[in-house]
Amino acid sequence: MKFVDEFRDPAAARTLVRRIGELADGDRHYKFMEVCGGHTHTIYRHGVEQLLPANVELVHGPGCPVCVIPMGRVDDALHVAEQPGVVFTSFGDMMRVPGSNGNLLEAKARGADVRMVYSPLDALKIAQKEPDRHVVFFAVGFETTAPSTAVTLLKARAAGIHNFSVFCNHVTIVPPIRAILESPDLRLDGFIGPGHVSTVIGNHPYRFVPRDYSKPLVTAGFEPLDVLQAVAMLLAQLREGRCEIENQYTRVVRDDGNPRALQILAEVFALRPHFEWRGLGFISQSALRLNDDFAAWDAELRYELPGVRVADPKSCQCGEVLKGVIRPWECKVFGTSCTPETPIGTCMVSSEGACAAYYNFGRLNHAAPLDDVTALPVA
Amino acid sequence: MADVHDPREAVVLGRIERWRRKRPRLKEDAVNLAHGAGGKASAALVDAVFLEAFRNDALAELSDAAVVDLPSGERLAITTDSFVVKPWRFAGGSIGHLAVHGTVNDLVSVGAQPRWLTAGFVLEEGFAIDELRAVVADMAEAARNAGVAIVTGDTKVVNRGAADGLYVNTAGVGVVPEGRRLAADRVQPGDKVLVTGTIGDHGMAVMLARGDLALDADIVSDTAPLHDLAESLLAAAPSTRWLRDPTRGGLGTVLNELVRQADVAVLLAERALPVDRSVLGACDLLGIDPLYVANEGKLVAVVPPQEARAALDALRAHELGKEAAVIGEVRAEPPGVVLLQTAFGGSRIVDMLVGDPLPRIC
Repeated sequence: MKFVDEFRDPAAARTLVRRIGELADGDRHYKFMEVCGGHTHTIYRHGVEQLLPANVELVHGPGCPVCVIPMGRVDDALHVAEQPGVVFTSFGDMMRVPGSNGNLLEAKARGADVRMVYSPLDALKIAQKEPDRHVVFFAVGFETTAPSTAVTLLKARAAGIHNFSVFCNHVTIVPPIRAILESPDLRLDGFIGPGHVSTVIGNHPYRFVPRDYSKPLVTAGFEPLDVLQAVAMLLAQLREGRCEIENQYTRVVRDDGNPRALQILAEVFALRPHFEWRGLGFISQSALRLNDDFAAWDAELRYELPGVRVADPKSCQCGEVLKGVIRPWECKVFGTSCTPETPIGTCMVSSEGACAAYYNFGRLNHAAPLDDVTALPVA
Repeated sequence: MADVHDPREAVVLGRIERWRRKRPRLKEDAVNLAHGAGGKASAALVDAVFLEAFRNDALAELSDAAVVDLPSGERLAITTDSFVVKPWRFAGGSIGHLAVHGTVNDLVSVGAQPRWLTAGFVLEEGFAIDELRAVVADMAEAARNAGVAIVTGDTKVVNRGAADGLYVNTAGVGVVPEGRRLAADRVQPGDKVLVTGTIGDHGMAVMLARGDLALDADIVSDTAPLHDLAESLLAAAPSTRWLRDPTRGGLGTVLNELVRQADVAVLLAERALPVDRSVLGACDLLGIDPLYVANEGKLVAVVPPQEARAALDALRAHELGKEAAVIGEVRAEPPGVVLLQTAFGGSRIVDMLVGDPLPRIC
């Protein structure tokens, strides 16, 4: 059996779903937040939600790094991209994120040299290949992608490459979790912890969740069986009166994370005092900037950025969706003026965003019969 | 099966469906790459610019090829396609093969037997003659294999920088046999959906050939002329309703076009979708759904249930259809929607793509 299939086995899923049904108290409604957008994507792509009992609800959290970049920062990115001599490089899914005046794809259409890369190292390669241009990398992402940006910067410094800089928008996962837990309208029973981020930071940083807020957290992998198992583990904790950090993703995540990656992060980045998150507002110490040793590679210092704060549109209820207060379809503009083609809010932008995932995959899930559509009439 | 628990959700979902059925709106002031990707943005551009200006009955069908009546009563299919793929050469073929196969297959998908092609070349100053010769040799070989003649052509050379090496346009004409009509309006609930082989091979082969993925996998383009495969299918299943070659935008996009035109639903079974292991692996790594990845040597067919077995057997007996499969069924409800039963046991929607499939960050 192939590796991926083992984690997508429908028979194993049925067993877990039965277990979840036994663990869930029929008189209770459970709400668990999956923090990471990767989980949201898995849940919708594989139709995990419909396998769960009606009283076990998954709430889609703020862990989509594309979704949380505020409009003002996208405007800053567009400004840099449109400077003469600049090659502006970005991950694919940032290309469609709207600023107040269009997105990077549109800037490209207007003549900016915007190129999609798969890794910051590819951006550095462009800088080496095109020494008369200045290559800027649009760094986004949680602790998952920050180490690769850090490694790239270390390489740039070691190789003395100075036609390269980073527009840093890396964010950290713990502050928004805390912000959500602090929210007065919170109604969550536990968290499915982010697998990839935890590969880097480990499980210890989440200890405050059970300790200070009495919510269990289970770090989980990204295959659909991982998600189901994490739900079962959360329910088991609640049933047994436990409240702790558990690791479902032991095949990848170690409790103390990846010390080498953490060391590189500390070497290259410093915490910003505060950073604005789309939908969640300003959260203190929630984002990274390049530390002073890397000032020469910092696009924020190199270019005069407009730095104008653009308020989230009034009609947008992303903040409430991100905190699990409302479900995507309960937002006033969901699916009408806010769609994946014309996103108003952050959650509709990337396929990992709660609203886009629900819009693209989840709508009408009630209507799909599961009989065998490939069966042929007997001749 | 989970149901909508909250009646308010049903109201919202109904509103979205009405919204989705509105004509696509073109909002941009300038063309961007999404307008060429075959998804919603492409549809908006075609609707707002081309249909608006050229409007006529043959065009309004927006099929891969137009079918026109001759005074003699015979019917011709006409189509055109431009080829700008880069790199020109990839595992399994070249821009020359594509330029012939693409146009041949567009004719095939309206039920025509392809006969004549034209070839137009836009060449950038400095383009190597040897390279041109190689592309043209591939076209000649592909035309021979497809049983078509390239009967006229045109060449333009533009200044260095005004084009990216080489662009090829081909137009094609084919004859539609008497009594044959393949069209979305013939599709009925209960019909079976078949695909003639693995999906996503071409798109991933080209992505890998571009070399910016730092991925190495044994993925080969499926580019092939489908005239013979289609004739085998139509001989075995003469009531075949509808046929398409799911190129740009992939299987997901053409099925979305079908459900809108025919006002039906299509229900797909993910476990039945033939996808090559390496293609699936590469797609998973990049966060791309093989349903939206281009094919250049596959057909998707809608066949009445009583002919589906014969159709499947005929396809599988053909060199190009060995991995053909029944992948789903046409349903009446919910109209305009493609649904997928996931292999995992759940279900989800397969919507039109918004733009180019962009790799996800994590």
